[in-house]
Amino acid sequence: MPKYSNLQVIQSALKAGSTSCEKLVDYYLARIEKQQALNIYIETFAEEARTRARALDQKYREAPSSVGPLFGMVVSIKDVLCYKDHKLSAASKMLHNFTASFSATAIERILAADAIIIGRTNCDEFAMGSANESSYYGPTRNAIDPTRVPGGSSGGSAVSVQADTCLAALGSDTGGSVRQPASFCGLVGMKPSYGRISRYGLLAYASSFDQIGIIANSVADTAILLEIMAGADEFDSTVSAEAVPAYSQHLSFPGKAKIAYFGEAMQHEGLDPEIKKQSFDFIEALRGAGHQVAAVDFEYLAYLVPSYYVLTMAEASSNLSRYDGVRYGHRTATATSLEEHYRKSRTEGFGEKVKRRIMLGTFVLSVGYYDAYFKKAQKARRLIQDRILQVLADYDFIIMPVTPSVAWKIGEKQGNPVEIYLSDIYTVLANLTGLPAIAFPLGKNKNGMPFGIQLMSAKFTEKNLLSFANTITQNLR
Amino acid sequence: MKVDKPLISKLENLAKLALSDEEKTQLLTDMNDILSMVEKLDHLDTEAVAPLIHMSDQPQVLRKDEIKHELSKEEALKNATAKVDPFFTVPKVIDLD
Repeated sequence: MPKYSNLQVIQSALKAGSTSCEKLVDYYLARIEKQQALNIYIETFAEEARTRARALDQKYREAPSSVGPLFGMVVSIKDVLCYKDHKLSAASKMLHNFTASFSATAIERILAADAIIIGRTNCDEFAMGSANESSYYGPTRNAIDPTRVPGGSSGGSAVSVQADTCLAALGSDTGGSVRQPASFCGLVGMKPSYGRISRYGLLAYASSFDQIGIIANSVADTAILLEIMAGADEFDSTVSAEAVPAYSQHLSFPGKAKIAYFGEAMQHEGLDPEIKKQSFDFIEALRGAGHQVAAVDFEYLAYLVPSYYVLTMAEASSNLSRYDGVRYGHRTATATSLEEHYRKSRTEGFGEKVKRRIMLGTFVLSVGYYDAYFKKAQKARRLIQDRILQVLADYDFIIMPVTPSVAWKIGEKQGNPVEIYLSDIYTVLANLTGLPAIAFPLGKNKNGMPFGIQLMSAKFTEKNLLSFANTITQNLR
Repeated sequence: MKVDKPLISKLENLAKLALSDEEKTQLLTDMNDILSMVEKLDHLDTEAVAPLIHMSDQPQVLRKDEIKHELSKEEALKNATAKVDPFFTVPKVIDLD
Protein backbone atom coordinates (compact mmCIF):
# COMPACT_ATOMS: atom_id res chain seq x y z
CA MET A 1 0.00 0.00 0.00
CA PRO A 2 1.28 3.48 -0.84
CA LYS A 3 1.87 5.87 2.04
CA TYR A 4 -0.41 8.42 0.39
CA SER A 5 -3.12 6.95 -1.82
CA ASN A 6 -4.29 10.15 -3.48
CA LEU A 7 -3.78 13.89 -3.78
CA GLN A 8 -6.63 14.75 -1.45
CA VAL A 9 -4.94 12.86 1.41
CA ILE A 10 -1.68 14.68 0.69
CA GLN A 11 -3.30 18.12 0.48
CA SER A 12 -5.10 17.52 3.80
CA ALA A 13 -1.77 16.56 5.38
CA LEU A 14 -0.12 19.66 3.89
CA LYS A 15 -2.89 21.86 5.28
CA ALA A 16 -2.68 20.23 8.70
CA GLY A 17 1.06 20.82 8.64
CA SER A 18 1.82 17.13 9.21
CA THR A 19 3.92 17.05 6.04
CA SER A 20 5.50 19.43 3.54
CA CYS A 21 6.42 19.22 -0.14
CA GLU A 22 10.03 18.83 0.92
CA LYS A 23 9.20 15.88 3.18
CA LEU A 24 7.14 14.31 0.40
CA VAL A 25 10.00 14.59 -2.08
CA ASP A 26 12.45 13.19 0.48
CA TYR A 27 10.08 10.29 1.13
CA TYR A 28 9.74 9.46 -2.58
CA LEU A 29 13.48 9.84 -3.22
CA ALA A 30 14.17 7.40 -0.39
CA ARG A 31 11.67 4.98 -1.97
CA ILE A 32 13.43 5.33 -5.33
CA GLU A 33 16.74 4.56 -3.65
CA LYS A 34 15.24 1.49 -2.00
CA GLN A 35 13.65 0.20 -5.22
CA GLN A 36 16.68 0.61 -7.49
CA ALA A 37 16.65 -3.07 -8.46
CA LEU A 38 13.33 -2.55 -10.27
CA ASN A 39 15.06 -0.21 -12.77
CA ILE A 40 12.17 2.25 -12.80
CA TYR A 41 13.93 5.52 -13.55
CA ILE A 42 16.41 6.36 -16.28
CA GLU A 43 17.19 9.54 -14.36
CA THR A 44 15.90 11.22 -11.22
CA PHE A 45 15.80 14.98 -10.79
CA ALA A 46 16.54 14.80 -7.06
CA GLU A 47 18.13 18.16 -6.25
CA GLU A 48 15.85 20.06 -8.54
CA ALA A 49 12.76 18.38 -7.05
CA ARG A 50 13.96 19.27 -3.53
CA THR A 51 14.57 22.90 -4.50
CA ARG A 52 11.18 23.17 -6.13
CA ALA A 53 9.51 21.54 -3.11
CA ARG A 54 11.09 24.08 -0.76
CA ALA A 55 9.94 26.93 -3.01
CA LEU A 56 6.39 25.56 -3.08
CA ASP A 57 6.38 25.17 0.72
CA GLN A 58 7.48 28.80 0.98
CA LYS A 59 4.77 29.91 -1.47
CA TYR A 60 2.15 28.09 0.63
CA ARG A 61 3.40 29.58 3.89
CA GLU A 62 3.21 33.08 2.46
CA ALA A 63 -0.23 32.70 0.88
CA PRO A 64 -2.02 29.34 1.24
CA SER A 65 -4.55 30.22 -1.43
CA SER A 66 -1.87 31.00 -4.02
CA VAL A 67 -0.82 27.40 -4.67
CA GLY A 68 -2.04 25.52 -7.74
CA PRO A 69 -4.43 22.55 -7.88
CA LEU A 70 -1.55 20.03 -8.13
CA PHE A 71 0.19 21.36 -5.01
CA GLY A 72 1.69 18.29 -3.31
CA MET A 73 1.54 16.07 -6.38
CA VAL A 74 4.86 14.38 -7.15
CA VAL A 75 4.87 12.83 -10.64
CA SER A 76 7.19 10.85 -12.86
CA ILE A 77 7.31 11.41 -16.61
CA LYS A 78 7.85 8.76 -19.27
CA ASP A 79 11.07 9.22 -21.20
CA VAL A 80 9.21 10.33 -24.33
CA LEU A 81 8.08 13.72 -23.00
CA CYS A 82 10.20 16.82 -23.55
CA TYR A 83 11.17 18.71 -20.39
CA LYS A 84 13.28 21.73 -21.20
CA ASP A 85 17.01 21.40 -20.40
CA HIS A 86 16.53 17.79 -19.28
CA LYS A 87 17.71 14.71 -21.08
CA LEU A 88 15.23 12.70 -23.12
CA SER A 89 16.09 9.38 -24.72
CA ALA A 90 12.93 7.38 -25.60
CA ALA A 91 14.92 4.59 -23.90
CA SER A 92 17.00 4.38 -27.09
CA LYS A 93 20.69 4.51 -27.81
CA MET A 94 19.65 6.81 -30.66
CA LEU A 95 18.87 9.64 -28.21
CA HIS A 96 21.00 8.76 -25.20
CA ASN A 97 22.76 12.13 -25.30
CA PHE A 98 19.80 14.27 -26.30
CA THR A 99 18.68 17.28 -24.25
CA ALA A 100 15.24 18.81 -24.79
CA SER A 101 15.18 22.44 -25.93
CA PHE A 102 11.59 23.03 -24.87
CA SER A 103 8.92 21.50 -22.65
CA ALA A 104 5.87 19.59 -23.78
CA THR A 105 2.62 21.50 -23.30
CA ALA A 106 1.40 18.80 -20.87
CA ILE A 107 4.57 19.27 -18.80
CA GLU A 108 4.24 23.07 -18.82
CA ARG A 109 0.65 22.76 -17.60
CA ILE A 110 1.32 20.42 -14.68
CA LEU A 111 4.24 22.59 -13.60
CA ALA A 112 2.08 25.71 -13.79
CA ALA A 113 -0.38 23.86 -11.50
CA ASP A 114 2.47 23.30 -8.99
CA ALA A 115 3.23 19.62 -9.56
CA ILE A 116 6.76 18.39 -8.84
CA ILE A 117 8.53 16.20 -11.43
CA ILE A 118 10.78 13.67 -9.74
CA GLY A 119 12.36 11.92 -12.73
CA ARG A 120 12.01 10.31 -16.13
CA THR A 121 10.94 6.70 -16.30
CA ASN A 122 12.09 3.71 -18.31
CA CYS A 123 9.95 2.41 -21.18
CA ASP A 124 10.13 0.29 -24.30
CA GLU A 125 12.39 1.85 -26.93
CA PHE A 126 10.43 4.59 -28.73
CA ALA A 127 7.34 3.38 -26.82
CA MET A 128 7.13 0.26 -28.99
CA GLY A 129 6.46 -2.82 -26.91
CA SER A 130 4.22 -4.51 -24.38
CA ALA A 131 6.69 -5.61 -21.72
CA ASN A 132 9.30 -2.89 -21.15
CA GLU A 133 11.95 -5.35 -22.28
CA SER A 134 13.24 -3.42 -25.29
CA SER A 135 14.73 -0.46 -23.38
CA TYR A 136 18.35 0.45 -24.06
CA TYR A 137 18.60 0.76 -20.27
CA GLY A 138 17.41 -2.77 -19.53
CA PRO A 139 14.01 -4.08 -18.41
CA THR A 140 11.90 -2.58 -15.64
CA ARG A 141 10.56 -5.16 -13.17
CA ASN A 142 7.09 -5.59 -11.72
CA ALA A 143 7.19 -4.65 -8.02
CA ILE A 144 4.70 -7.38 -7.05
CA ASP A 145 6.91 -10.08 -8.59
CA PRO A 146 10.28 -8.81 -9.87
CA THR A 147 10.70 -11.87 -12.09
CA ARG A 148 7.76 -10.59 -14.12
CA VAL A 149 7.36 -7.76 -16.62
CA PRO A 150 5.46 -4.59 -15.65
CA GLY A 151 3.85 -4.37 -19.10
CA GLY A 152 4.65 -1.69 -21.59
CA SER A 153 5.45 0.46 -23.13
CA SER A 154 4.87 2.74 -20.11
CA GLY A 155 6.23 0.04 -17.77
CA GLY A 156 8.49 2.36 -15.78
CA SER A 157 5.57 4.79 -15.38
CA ALA A 158 3.38 2.05 -13.91
CA VAL A 159 6.02 0.68 -11.52
CA SER A 160 6.90 4.23 -10.40
CA VAL A 161 3.38 4.47 -8.94
CA GLN A 162 3.11 0.80 -7.94
CA ALA A 163 6.37 0.94 -5.94
CA ASP A 164 5.28 4.21 -4.27
CA THR A 165 8.08 6.33 -5.71
CA CYS A 166 5.66 9.09 -6.78
CA LEU A 167 1.92 9.74 -6.66
CA ALA A 168 1.11 9.61 -10.38
CA ALA A 169 2.83 9.12 -13.73
CA LEU A 170 2.52 10.54 -17.22
CA GLY A 171 2.88 7.99 -20.00
CA SER A 172 1.83 7.63 -23.61
CA ASP A 173 -0.72 5.22 -25.09
CA THR A 174 -0.56 4.27 -28.77
CA GLY A 175 -2.17 0.84 -28.50
CA GLY A 176 -2.55 0.26 -24.77
CA SER A 177 0.80 1.44 -23.46
CA VAL A 178 -0.77 3.08 -20.41
CA ARG A 179 -3.73 0.78 -19.74
CA GLN A 180 -1.89 -2.54 -20.10
CA PRO A 181 0.93 -1.77 -17.62
CA ALA A 182 -1.63 -0.23 -15.25
CA SER A 183 -3.50 -3.52 -15.41
CA PHE A 184 -0.34 -5.59 -14.88
CA CYS A 185 0.58 -3.45 -11.87
CA GLY A 186 -2.84 -3.08 -10.23
CA LEU A 187 -3.41 0.62 -11.02
CA VAL A 188 -5.73 3.02 -12.82
CA GLY A 189 -4.62 3.90 -16.36
CA MET A 190 -6.34 6.25 -18.76
CA LYS A 191 -6.03 7.04 -22.45
CA PRO A 192 -8.07 10.14 -23.26
CA SER A 193 -9.76 10.80 -26.63
CA TYR A 194 -7.59 11.48 -29.64
CA GLY A 195 -6.96 15.22 -29.55
CA ARG A 196 -7.85 15.72 -25.86
CA ILE A 197 -4.31 16.51 -24.68
CA SER A 198 -1.80 18.43 -26.76
CA ARG A 199 1.03 16.25 -28.05
CA TYR A 200 3.42 19.13 -28.51
CA GLY A 201 6.63 17.81 -27.01
CA LEU A 202 5.62 14.14 -27.07
CA LEU A 203 8.00 12.08 -29.23
CA ALA A 204 5.94 10.77 -32.14
CA TYR A 205 5.48 7.04 -32.68
CA ALA A 206 2.21 6.64 -34.64
CA SER A 207 0.60 10.04 -35.00
CA SER A 208 -2.98 8.98 -35.69
CA PHE A 209 -2.91 6.84 -32.51
CA ASP A 210 -0.65 8.51 -29.91
CA GLN A 211 -2.12 10.14 -26.80
CA ILE A 212 -0.56 11.18 -23.52
CA GLY A 213 -2.05 9.05 -20.74
CA ILE A 214 -2.13 8.95 -16.95
CA ILE A 215 -1.33 6.22 -14.43
CA ALA A 216 -2.43 6.72 -10.82
CA ASN A 217 -3.72 4.96 -7.71
CA SER A 218 -7.14 6.55 -8.02
CA VAL A 219 -9.66 7.77 -10.57
CA ALA A 220 -9.77 11.11 -8.75
CA ASP A 221 -6.06 11.80 -9.33
CA THR A 222 -6.46 10.75 -12.97
CA ALA A 223 -9.31 13.25 -13.31
CA ILE A 224 -7.44 16.21 -11.87
CA LEU A 225 -4.38 15.54 -14.05
CA LEU A 226 -6.50 15.25 -17.18
CA GLU A 227 -8.33 18.46 -16.29
CA ILE A 228 -5.01 20.32 -16.00
CA MET A 229 -3.42 18.92 -19.19
CA ALA A 230 -6.37 18.81 -21.61
CA GLY A 231 -7.53 21.45 -24.03
CA ALA A 232 -6.59 23.64 -26.96
CA ASP A 233 -2.95 24.42 -27.67
CA GLU A 234 -1.72 26.54 -30.50
CA PHE A 235 1.36 24.35 -30.89
CA ASP A 236 -0.57 21.19 -31.78
CA SER A 237 -2.94 21.44 -34.75
CA THR A 238 -4.45 18.02 -33.92
CA VAL A 239 -5.60 18.95 -30.43
CA SER A 240 -9.29 19.67 -29.99
CA ALA A 241 -10.73 23.03 -28.97
CA GLU A 242 -13.57 21.15 -27.23
CA ALA A 243 -14.18 22.71 -23.79
CA VAL A 244 -12.56 20.91 -20.85
CA PRO A 245 -15.03 20.10 -18.06
CA ALA A 246 -13.88 20.19 -14.42
CA TYR A 247 -13.48 16.41 -14.36
CA SER A 248 -12.33 16.40 -10.74
CA GLN A 249 -15.60 18.04 -9.65
CA HIS A 250 -17.78 15.42 -11.35
CA LEU A 251 -16.76 12.12 -9.86
CA SER A 252 -20.19 10.81 -9.00
CA PHE A 253 -22.15 9.24 -11.88
CA PRO A 254 -25.80 10.23 -11.81
CA GLY A 255 -28.31 7.45 -12.42
CA LYS A 256 -27.91 4.14 -14.17
CA ALA A 257 -25.77 3.32 -17.18
CA LYS A 258 -26.31 1.26 -20.34
CA ILE A 259 -23.24 -0.88 -20.94
CA ALA A 260 -22.34 -3.17 -23.83
CA TYR A 261 -19.88 -6.04 -23.85
CA PHE A 262 -18.73 -8.12 -26.79
CA GLY A 263 -19.44 -11.83 -26.45
CA GLU A 264 -16.60 -12.58 -28.91
CA ALA A 265 -14.14 -10.71 -26.70
CA MET A 266 -15.28 -12.32 -23.45
CA GLN A 267 -15.32 -15.82 -24.94
CA HIS A 268 -11.99 -15.40 -26.74
CA GLU A 269 -9.90 -18.57 -26.56
CA GLY A 270 -6.82 -16.65 -25.50
CA LEU A 271 -8.50 -15.08 -22.46
CA ASP A 272 -7.26 -16.40 -19.10
CA PRO A 273 -10.16 -18.28 -17.39
CA GLU A 274 -9.62 -16.43 -14.10
CA ILE A 275 -9.85 -13.04 -15.83
CA LYS A 276 -12.89 -14.21 -17.77
CA LYS A 277 -14.68 -15.40 -14.64
CA GLN A 278 -14.01 -12.25 -12.66
CA SER A 279 -15.00 -10.07 -15.62
CA PHE A 280 -18.35 -11.86 -15.87
CA ASP A 281 -18.76 -11.60 -12.09
CA PHE A 282 -18.16 -7.87 -12.38
CA ILE A 283 -20.79 -7.60 -15.10
CA GLU A 284 -23.22 -9.35 -12.76
CA ALA A 285 -22.30 -6.92 -9.99
CA LEU A 286 -23.03 -4.01 -12.34
CA ARG A 287 -26.42 -5.51 -13.10
CA GLY A 288 -26.99 -6.00 -9.40
CA ALA A 289 -26.31 -2.29 -8.90
CA GLY A 290 -29.08 -1.50 -11.37
CA HIS A 291 -27.07 -0.86 -14.52
CA GLN A 292 -28.16 -2.38 -17.78
CA VAL A 293 -25.48 -4.63 -19.32
CA ALA A 294 -26.02 -6.44 -22.62
CA ALA A 295 -24.01 -8.59 -25.00
CA VAL A 296 -23.53 -7.00 -28.41
CA ASP A 297 -22.10 -8.53 -31.58
CA PHE A 298 -18.73 -7.32 -32.72
CA GLU A 299 -17.61 -9.07 -35.85
CA TYR A 300 -14.28 -7.28 -36.21
CA LEU A 301 -12.39 -8.59 -33.18
CA ALA A 302 -9.93 -10.65 -35.26
CA TYR A 303 -9.10 -7.62 -37.42
CA LEU A 304 -8.11 -5.24 -34.63
CA VAL A 305 -4.51 -6.32 -34.13
CA PRO A 306 -3.77 -6.74 -37.89
CA SER A 307 -5.07 -3.28 -38.83
CA TYR A 308 -3.43 -1.71 -35.77
CA TYR A 309 0.01 -3.11 -36.60
CA VAL A 310 -0.10 -2.24 -40.31
CA LEU A 311 -1.02 1.37 -39.57
CA THR A 312 1.28 1.96 -36.60
CA MET A 313 4.30 0.40 -38.28
CA ALA A 314 3.69 2.57 -41.34
CA GLU A 315 3.40 5.71 -39.24
CA ALA A 316 6.42 4.71 -37.16
CA SER A 317 8.60 4.22 -40.23
CA SER A 318 7.61 7.68 -41.38
CA ASN A 319 8.02 9.39 -37.98
CA LEU A 320 11.36 7.74 -37.27
CA SER A 321 12.84 8.85 -40.60
CA ARG A 322 13.76 12.09 -38.80
CA TYR A 323 16.53 10.29 -36.90
CA ASP A 324 19.32 10.83 -39.39
CA GLY A 325 22.19 11.57 -36.99
CA VAL A 326 22.75 15.09 -38.31
CA ARG A 327 21.01 17.62 -36.07
CA TYR A 328 20.61 15.32 -33.08
CA GLY A 329 20.75 11.67 -32.19
CA HIS A 330 23.38 8.98 -32.49
CA ARG A 331 25.96 9.65 -35.19
CA THR A 332 28.24 6.93 -36.49
CA ALA A 333 31.97 7.51 -36.14
CA THR A 334 32.98 5.67 -39.27
CA ALA A 335 31.04 6.97 -42.30
CA THR A 336 32.83 8.41 -45.31
CA SER A 337 29.78 9.23 -47.43
CA LEU A 338 26.41 10.77 -46.59
CA GLU A 339 24.55 7.58 -47.55
CA GLU A 340 26.82 5.56 -45.29
CA HIS A 341 26.36 8.16 -42.53
CA TYR A 342 22.56 7.76 -42.60
CA ARG A 343 22.63 3.99 -42.77
CA LYS A 344 25.21 3.42 -40.07
CA SER A 345 23.87 6.07 -37.69
CA ARG A 346 20.36 4.60 -37.88
CA THR A 347 21.48 0.99 -37.74
CA GLU A 348 23.71 1.58 -34.71
CA GLY A 349 21.19 3.85 -32.96
CA PHE A 350 17.98 1.83 -33.21
CA GLY A 351 17.35 -1.43 -31.37
CA GLU A 352 16.23 -4.64 -33.04
CA LYS A 353 12.48 -4.30 -32.41
CA VAL A 354 12.38 -0.72 -33.64
CA LYS A 355 14.23 -1.69 -36.83
CA ARG A 356 11.75 -4.51 -37.41
CA ARG A 357 8.83 -2.07 -37.25
CA ILE A 358 10.58 0.41 -39.51
CA MET A 359 11.19 -2.34 -42.08
CA LEU A 360 7.59 -3.56 -41.96
CA GLY A 361 6.28 0.00 -42.09
CA THR A 362 8.47 0.71 -45.08
CA PHE A 363 7.11 -2.45 -46.71
CA VAL A 364 3.41 -1.62 -46.28
CA LEU A 365 4.00 1.90 -47.61
CA SER A 366 6.10 0.87 -50.61
CA VAL A 367 4.97 0.90 -54.22
CA GLY A 368 3.10 -2.27 -55.11
CA TYR A 369 2.06 -3.08 -51.53
CA TYR A 370 0.49 0.21 -50.40
CA ASP A 371 -3.06 -0.61 -51.49
CA ALA A 372 -2.99 -4.24 -50.38
CA TYR A 373 -1.75 -3.49 -46.87
CA PHE A 374 -1.82 0.16 -45.83
CA LYS A 375 -4.99 1.28 -47.58
CA LYS A 376 -6.67 -2.00 -46.71
CA ALA A 377 -5.94 -1.38 -43.01
CA GLN A 378 -7.26 2.19 -43.29
CA LYS A 379 -10.49 0.77 -44.70
CA ALA A 380 -10.69 -1.82 -41.93
CA ARG A 381 -10.21 1.02 -39.46
CA ARG A 382 -13.24 2.80 -40.95
CA LEU A 383 -15.40 -0.33 -40.58
CA ILE A 384 -14.24 -0.81 -36.98
CA GLN A 385 -14.84 2.82 -36.07
CA ASP A 386 -18.29 2.93 -37.68
CA ARG A 387 -19.36 -0.20 -35.80
CA ILE A 388 -18.11 1.10 -32.45
CA LEU A 389 -19.80 4.47 -32.94
CA GLN A 390 -22.99 2.60 -33.74
CA VAL A 391 -22.71 0.66 -30.45
CA LEU A 392 -21.99 3.85 -28.51
CA ALA A 393 -25.06 5.50 -30.01
CA ASP A 394 -27.10 2.97 -28.02
CA TYR A 395 -24.87 2.44 -24.98
CA ASP A 396 -23.00 4.72 -22.58
CA PHE A 397 -19.99 2.42 -22.22
CA ILE A 398 -18.30 -0.64 -23.64
CA ILE A 399 -16.72 -2.91 -21.04
CA MET A 400 -13.84 -5.26 -21.83
CA PRO A 401 -10.85 -6.98 -20.24
CA VAL A 402 -7.61 -4.99 -20.56
CA THR A 403 -5.32 -7.93 -21.25
CA PRO A 404 -5.87 -11.61 -22.02
CA SER A 405 -3.38 -12.64 -19.29
CA VAL A 406 -1.57 -11.32 -16.23
CA ALA A 407 2.05 -10.12 -16.44
CA TRP A 408 4.35 -12.78 -17.87
CA LYS A 409 7.89 -13.70 -16.80
CA ILE A 410 10.75 -11.52 -18.05
CA GLY A 411 12.27 -13.20 -21.12
CA GLU A 412 9.37 -15.63 -21.48
CA LYS A 413 8.01 -14.17 -24.72
CA GLN A 414 11.15 -13.33 -26.64
CA GLY A 415 10.52 -15.64 -29.57
CA ASN A 416 7.63 -14.95 -31.91
CA PRO A 417 6.65 -11.25 -32.09
CA VAL A 418 3.15 -12.20 -33.28
CA GLU A 419 2.39 -13.76 -29.88
CA ILE A 420 3.14 -10.49 -28.09
CA TYR A 421 1.29 -8.42 -30.70
CA LEU A 422 -1.85 -10.52 -30.21
CA SER A 423 -1.81 -9.76 -26.48
CA ASP A 424 -2.81 -6.19 -27.43
CA ILE A 425 -6.21 -7.39 -28.66
CA TYR A 426 -8.31 -5.54 -26.06
CA THR A 427 -6.39 -2.29 -25.86
CA VAL A 428 -5.86 -1.30 -29.51
CA LEU A 429 -9.57 -0.70 -30.12
CA ALA A 430 -9.59 2.64 -28.26
CA ASN A 431 -6.64 3.89 -30.32
CA LEU A 432 -8.00 2.62 -33.65
CA THR A 433 -11.20 4.56 -32.97
CA GLY A 434 -9.73 7.59 -31.19
CA LEU A 435 -12.00 7.00 -28.18
CA PRO A 436 -11.25 7.45 -24.48
CA ALA A 437 -10.72 4.38 -22.30
CA ILE A 438 -9.94 3.83 -18.64
CA ALA A 439 -8.54 0.67 -17.05
CA PHE A 440 -8.92 0.00 -13.33
CA PRO A 441 -8.04 -2.95 -11.08
CA LEU A 442 -10.46 -5.85 -11.05
CA GLY A 443 -8.78 -8.67 -9.17
CA LYS A 444 -5.79 -10.94 -8.74
CA ASN A 445 -5.13 -14.44 -10.00
CA LYS A 446 -4.15 -17.33 -7.77
CA ASN A 447 -0.50 -16.23 -7.91
CA GLY A 448 -1.40 -12.79 -6.64
CA MET A 449 -0.84 -11.04 -9.98
CA PRO A 450 -3.32 -8.23 -10.60
CA PHE A 451 -5.44 -7.60 -13.68
CA GLY A 452 -7.88 -4.89 -14.63
CA ILE A 453 -10.98 -4.22 -16.65
CA GLN A 454 -11.62 -1.26 -18.95
CA LEU A 455 -14.42 1.00 -20.03
CA MET A 456 -14.61 2.93 -23.30
CA SER A 457 -17.01 5.71 -24.16
CA ALA A 458 -17.85 8.14 -26.96
CA LYS A 459 -15.36 10.77 -28.04
CA PHE A 460 -14.79 13.58 -25.52
CA THR A 461 -17.07 11.99 -22.91
CA GLU A 462 -14.26 11.65 -20.37
CA LYS A 463 -16.47 13.29 -17.76
CA ASN A 464 -18.91 10.36 -17.90
CA LEU A 465 -16.13 7.82 -18.15
CA LEU A 466 -14.29 9.14 -15.09
CA SER A 467 -17.40 9.65 -12.97
CA PHE A 468 -18.70 6.18 -13.77
CA ALA A 469 -15.34 4.51 -13.18
CA ASN A 470 -15.01 6.34 -9.89
CA THR A 471 -18.53 5.49 -8.76
CA ILE A 472 -18.27 1.78 -9.52
CA THR A 473 -14.75 1.37 -8.12
CA GLN A 474 -15.91 2.97 -4.87
CA ASN A 475 -19.18 1.05 -4.61
CA LEU A 476 -18.67 -2.35 -6.17
CA ARG A 477 -15.46 -3.64 -4.64
CA MET B 1 2.86 -12.69 -49.87
CA LYS B 2 6.26 -14.14 -49.05
CA VAL B 3 9.15 -11.87 -48.13
CA ASP B 4 12.52 -12.90 -49.58
CA LYS B 5 16.10 -11.66 -49.23
CA PRO B 6 16.03 -9.34 -52.31
CA LEU B 7 12.91 -7.60 -50.90
CA ILE B 8 14.63 -7.21 -47.51
CA SER B 9 17.58 -5.55 -49.25
CA LYS B 10 15.27 -3.20 -51.15
CA LEU B 11 13.44 -2.20 -47.95
CA GLU B 12 16.71 -1.78 -46.10
CA ASN B 13 17.76 0.67 -48.75
CA LEU B 14 14.48 2.59 -48.57
CA ALA B 15 14.61 2.68 -44.75
CA LYS B 16 18.28 3.71 -44.75
CA LEU B 17 19.41 0.81 -42.61
CA ALA B 18 22.37 -1.55 -43.00
CA LEU B 19 21.47 -4.85 -41.41
CA SER B 20 23.81 -7.75 -40.73
CA ASP B 21 23.20 -11.13 -42.39
CA GLU B 22 22.07 -12.48 -39.05
CA GLU B 23 19.56 -9.65 -38.61
CA LYS B 24 18.27 -10.18 -42.15
CA THR B 25 17.71 -13.88 -41.57
CA GLN B 26 15.80 -13.19 -38.36
CA LEU B 27 13.82 -10.45 -40.06
CA LEU B 28 12.83 -12.79 -42.87
CA THR B 29 11.16 -15.14 -40.40
CA ASP B 30 9.59 -12.36 -38.33
CA MET B 31 8.27 -10.41 -41.30
CA ASN B 32 6.68 -13.50 -42.82
CA ASP B 33 5.05 -14.39 -39.49
CA ILE B 34 3.74 -10.87 -39.03
CA LEU B 35 2.48 -10.57 -42.60
CA SER B 36 0.58 -13.83 -42.42
CA MET B 37 -1.12 -12.51 -39.25
CA VAL B 38 -1.87 -9.22 -41.01
CA GLU B 39 -3.24 -10.91 -44.14
CA LYS B 40 -6.31 -11.86 -42.13
CA LEU B 41 -7.52 -8.47 -43.34
CA ASP B 42 -8.05 -10.01 -46.79
CA HIS B 43 -11.14 -11.76 -45.42
CA LEU B 44 -12.77 -8.39 -44.89
CA ASP B 45 -14.91 -7.00 -47.70
CA THR B 46 -13.82 -3.38 -48.03
CA GLU B 47 -14.92 -2.82 -51.62
CA ALA B 48 -17.21 0.14 -50.91
CA VAL B 49 -15.37 1.47 -47.85
CA ALA B 50 -13.53 4.80 -47.83
CA PRO B 51 -10.17 4.64 -46.01
CA LEU B 52 -10.12 6.34 -42.61
CA ILE B 53 -7.26 8.81 -42.89
CA HIS B 54 -7.89 11.62 -40.39
CA MET B 55 -8.86 10.91 -36.80
CA SER B 56 -10.19 14.38 -36.10
CA ASP B 57 -13.57 15.41 -37.48
CA GLN B 58 -13.03 18.99 -36.42
CA PRO B 59 -11.81 21.76 -38.70
CA GLN B 60 -8.15 22.61 -38.40
CA VAL B 61 -7.52 25.74 -36.41
CA LEU B 62 -4.46 27.63 -37.52
CA ARG B 63 -2.69 30.13 -35.34
CA LYS B 64 -1.20 33.39 -36.57
CA ASP B 65 2.09 32.92 -38.33
CA GLU B 66 4.20 34.56 -35.66
CA ILE B 67 7.60 33.43 -34.52
CA LYS B 68 7.30 31.72 -31.16
CA HIS B 69 9.46 29.30 -29.19
CA GLU B 70 12.46 30.40 -31.18
CA LEU B 71 15.70 28.51 -30.53
CA SER B 72 18.97 30.36 -30.28
CA LYS B 73 21.79 29.21 -32.56
CA GLU B 74 23.55 27.61 -29.58
CA GLU B 75 20.37 25.79 -28.52
CA ALA B 76 19.75 24.49 -32.01
CA LEU B 77 23.29 23.21 -32.37
CA LYS B 78 23.74 21.75 -28.92
CA ASN B 79 22.48 18.25 -29.76
CA ALA B 80 24.56 17.83 -32.92
CA THR B 81 27.65 15.65 -32.65
CA ALA B 82 29.41 17.28 -35.60
CA LYS B 83 29.16 20.99 -36.27
CA VAL B 84 31.22 23.93 -37.44
CA ASP B 85 29.52 26.91 -35.89
CA PRO B 86 26.98 27.98 -37.17
CA PHE B 87 26.45 24.86 -39.29
CA PHE B 88 25.57 21.21 -38.86
CA THR B 89 28.09 19.17 -40.80
CA VAL B 90 27.76 15.97 -42.82
CA PRO B 91 30.28 13.90 -44.78
CA LYS B 92 31.33 15.65 -47.98
CA VAL B 93 28.68 15.37 -50.72
CA ILE B 94 30.17 17.53 -53.49
CA ASP B 95 33.31 16.27 -55.14
CA LEU B 96 35.00 19.15 -56.96
CA ASP B 97 37.55 16.91 -58.63
